Amino acid sequence: MHDATIAQLAEALRTGKVSAVELAEHFLARIERFGGDLNAFITVTPESARAQAERADARLAAGDSTPLTGIPIAHKDIFCTRGVRTSCGSRMLDNFISPYNAAAVERLEAAGAVMLGKTNMDEFAMGSSNENSHYGPVRNPWDRDTVPGGSSGGSAAAVAARLVPGATGTDTGGSIRQPAALCGITGIKPTYGRVSRWGMVAFASSLDQAGTLARTAEDAALMLKVMAGPDPRDSTALPDPVPDYIAGLAKPIGSMTIGVVDDFFDDGLDSDNAQRVRDALAVMERLGATLKSIRLENIGLSVPAYYVVAPAEASSNLSRFDGVRFGHRAEGAGDLTELYMRTRGEGFGAEVKRRILTGTYVLSAGYFDAYYLQAQKVRQLISEDFARAFREVDVIAGPTTPTPAFPLGQKVDDPVEMYLNDIYTIGAPLAGLPALSMPCGLVRGLPVGLQLVGPHLSEGRLLRAAHGFQRETDWHTLAPPGI
Amino acid sequence: MEWEAVIGLEIHTQLATASKIFSGSSTRYGAPPNSQASLVDLGYPGVLPVLNAEAVHMAIRFGLATGCTVARRSVFARKNYFYPDLPKGYQISQYELPIVYGGHLDIVMEDGRVKTIGITRAHLEEDAGKSLHEDFQGLSGIDLNRAGTPLLEIVSEPGLRSAGEAGNYMRAIHTLVRYLGISDGNMQEGSFRCDANVSIRPMGESELGTRTEIKNLNSFRFVEKAIQVEIERQTDVLEDGGSVVQETRLYDADRNETRAMRGKEEANDYRYFPDPDLLPVVVGEALIERLQADLPELPAAKRVRFAEQYGLTAYDADVLTANPESADYFEAAVNASRSASPKTVANWFQGELTAILKREGVDVADTRVDAATLATLLDRIADGILSGRMGKDVLEALWNGEGSVDGIIEARGLRQISDAGAIEALVDRAIEGFPEQVAQYRSGRTKVIGFLVGQVMKSSRGKANPRQVNEMLRRKLAG
Repeated sequence: MHDATIAQLAEALRTGKVSAVELAEHFLARIERFGGDLNAFITVTPESARAQAERADARLAAGDSTPLTGIPIAHKDIFCTRGVRTSCGSRMLDNFISPYNAAAVERLEAAGAVMLGKTNMDEFAMGSSNENSHYGPVRNPWDRDTVPGGSSGGSAAAVAARLVPGATGTDTGGSIRQPAALCGITGIKPTYGRVSRWGMVAFASSLDQAGTLARTAEDAALMLKVMAGPDPRDSTALPDPVPDYIAGLAKPIGSMTIGVVDDFFDDGLDSDNAQRVRDALAVMERLGATLKSIRLENIGLSVPAYYVVAPAEASSNLSRFDGVRFGHRAEGAGDLTELYMRTRGEGFGAEVKRRILTGTYVLSAGYFDAYYLQAQKVRQLISEDFARAFREVDVIAGPTTPTPAFPLGQKVDDPVEMYLNDIYTIGAPLAGLPALSMPCGLVRGLPVGLQLVGPHLSEGRLLRAAHGFQRETDWHTLAPPGI
Repeated sequence: MEWEAVIGLEIHTQLATASKIFSGSSTRYGAPPNSQASLVDLGYPGVLPVLNAEAVHMAIRFGLATGCTVARRSVFARKNYFYPDLPKGYQISQYELPIVYGGHLDIVMEDGRVKTIGITRAHLEEDAGKSLHEDFQGLSGIDLNRAGTPLLEIVSEPGLRSAGEAGNYMRAIHTLVRYLGISDGNMQEGSFRCDANVSIRPMGESELGTRTEIKNLNSFRFVEKAIQVEIERQTDVLEDGGSVVQETRLYDADRNETRAMRGKEEANDYRYFPDPDLLPVVVGEALIERLQADLPELPAAKRVRFAEQYGLTAYDADVLTANPESADYFEAAVNASRSASPKTVANWFQGELTAILKREGVDVADTRVDAATLATLLDRIADGILSGRMGKDVLEALWNGEGSVDGIIEARGLRQISDAGAIEALVDRAIEGFPEQVAQYRSGRTKVIGFLVGQVMKSSRGKANPRQVNEMLRRKLAG
C-alpha cells in the first residue's frame, strides 16, 4: 500500500478498496516503525489524523471528495498548524502552538488531505543538510550515515521512506529540490508567489516559496493544484488562475527545446552524477526534445548574491523572536537588553546566528551599497540571463546537486563548502522562477536528481516534462534499501 | 549677537481609517489593552501585512491639498530596531520613496503677513504600541492596540523662524487634515503630535547651526513653549562659548525645559531596506484625478470666501474657518436665517455659543443648539421680538433642552414690548417719577438718559424694546 502513489491511492479510496482511516493507520504505523531512526518527524499527530481521516471517509461516502480526500500527508514544520506545535526546527519555537493555519495547510485540509505530522527541517530553513535542527539531524533513508539534504530534509526523507506519499516543503535557495534529489524523489518549487506565504514562517521573504515533495510528477501536480492560487492575505501571491496541471500532463514533450548550461558540467560536478544527468538528457532527446547549449553569464555569482540577500531579509524577519510575546524566553533576565540577548542567544542555533550576523552586517550603514544593493543588481542580471535564455529554450535542464548525499558531519564546520551545495539551485529563486528536481539515477547507490527550470508560471510545462520522463524511466520508483 | 532660529517640524498625524494600515484590526481609541491586536499586529510567525488602500488615498489627498507631487511609485521599507512595543522588531515605513513630496502650505504669521512653508515630504508608516510602566509591580506592560495604526508623517522644510511660526504652521496642518477628513486631529489621544528640529545661527548667516530634535510634542502650546526654551538654551550655550550637541531632547512641561534623552537613542543604525512582503505602491493618473476632484474647499480658500461673501473681518473669517465644523455651522446658520446679518451670526457664534461650548467642554460637532435653531433665535432678535439680553436667556434655555425658540418665548412670557402705546405709558411714568433726573437731562447732562432707560426697562421687567424706549425718551425730554 505504501508503495502506491497519491494518484493510485486516490483511485483506491474512490473505489472503496481502502478507507482513509485504514490509510492513516497504515502510514502512522510506518512512521512509528521508521520515524525514530530517520528522525524525519518533529511532531506526529495521530489523533487529529484519525479525526481528519474519518471526515475524509464521510466525504468520500457522500461523493463530496477531491483527489486528495483521505490522502495522508505531512507538513514541513515551517507551516503554521492550528493547535499543533510549529517549531521551525528551532528551540526558539519549541513551545510555540500556532493559533492559526498556513494558507497551504488550510487548502490541503479543505481538499480533505489528512495530516499525519510535522517534518523535521534545518532551523528556520537555513541549511542544506538538515543538520541544523534543534531536534537533531534527519538521516537519509538510502544511507543512514548520509544527509537527506535540506532544509526540507524531513519531508524528503519521509516521502522517500514511504512514511507519507506526499509532503509540503519550502524552497528559498534549493530547500525542496536539493533534498528531493538526495532522497530520490520529485520536488517542485513553483514560481515565486504561486503558493501563498501566509502562515509560512519567513526566512527570506523575497525568495521563500512553498512547494511539494512527492514520488512522481503526477503526485506533485495533484498537490500543487490544491496549494497554488491567489490569496488576499499575501500581497506577493500571484493573481493568475491555476491551470489544470493534471490535464496538461498527458500532452507529449514533443518539440520542447531544452537548454543545457555547459558551465554546470565542470570540475565542481561529480563525474558519475554528470553522467546520470547526461543519460537523462538523452532520454529527453529520445522523447522528441531538442537540446541546446546555453550560457547564463552571471549564474556564477548566484551563491554570493544569495548569501547577501537571504541573510539580510532573515536578520529582519527573525527580529520578532524576542521572548516578549511567544516562543522561547530566557529565565531570570535582569533587564530588557539582557532578556533579548539571552533569549536569542539560547533560542537560536549557530547557523541561524551566523546568518543574522551576516544579514545585519550587509544592511548596516556604510556596507549597504557594497553588499545589499550590489547583490540586488546581480540578482537583476541573473533574472535577465534567464529571460534571455527562455527566448530560445522552453526549459533549462541540468544537475540538481554537485554530488549525491554526503556523509553526516562532513560539511558542518565549513559553511562555504555547505553553501556551494546549492550552486545549481540558487539561480531559480533569485529570478523567482519555477524549478523541479526528479530522480535520474544512482551514483554509488545513492540517488541524484535532474533539475528542470522554466520561465515564470511554467509549472505545467515542468510537470509535463517530468511526467514524460517518468513514463520512460523507473528511477522514481526505486525505494531505499530496507524500506 | 543677534540669533536667528531655524525650525522644521515632523508632524505625525494618525489617519482616520476604520482599520489598521496592514491588518483588519479596528483603530478605535480606548479599547481594553490588546483587544484590538490581531496576529498581524502581534507580529506572529508567518503573518503578512496587506496595505490598507484607504490610508494611501488619504495620504494622496493630503499631498494634493498641499501641492505635493504624488509618487507614481512609492516603496515601504523596514526600519529595524528592537523595542518591546514594536512587535516585529521593525517598523514598516516609507524611506527613500515617499508617497507625496515637494509641497507647501501658507501660514498667517504673528504680524498678519502670509508665509509659505515648504513641505519636504509626507510618508505613510505604522505606529508602534505602547509600553505601560505603571501598575505592574516594577514590570512593564505592553498594549499593542495602537500598533499598526496608520500614520502620515509630514516633514516640513526648515523654513520656520520662531516658536510662534512653528505653532501657526502646526495649527494650519491640523486645520487642513481636519478639513480633508483624513484625521480626527485629537491631540489628547495622540492622533496629532510632532517632533521639532531646532537650531540657531547668527542673523544673516546662511549656514545652518547644529540642530537638536525635541520629541513627542502633543499640543500647540507645548510646541511653542518647547521651541522657545530650546532657542533660549542654545543661545545661552553658544553665547557662553559652548557648542550645541546634536541630540534628541524631551520637553518637560512642568519645569518648562528640554532635557537630553538618555540611552536608547544613541547612534541607531536602522538598517532600512525595502520590505519584501509588500509590493511597491503604484498610483495611476485616474486615481489622482478622482481624489483631486473629491477634495473639499480648503481652509485658505474658505477663509477668503467667508471674508468676501459675508463681509467678515479677516480675524472673524480666520476664527470661523479654523475647523470645518465651525465653518459649516456658521454657514448653515447664515443660510437658515431670514433676517440676521452674517456679522450678527458670527458674533453670536463666536461669543455666546462658543462661551457655552467652552463652559460645557463640548465641541461644535456635539452642540445642543443646532445652526437652524440659532438662526431662528437671531431672527427673533433682528425682528425686535427679543432683546439681545433676552436672546442670551433663550440660548441658555435652548441649551438646557427647554424646547423651541418660540416655545421658550411663549412659556417664559419673554415677548418684547414693541407696542408704541405701551412703551409710551412706561416712559411717561418714568418722566413723572424722576423729575430730578429729567431736570438734569434738560440742563445738558444727557448722560443721565441711561438711568431713565434703565428705570423703564425695570418697570417693563426687561421686556420693553430698549431702542424704542431710548428714542421715545429723547423725543419726550427734548419736546
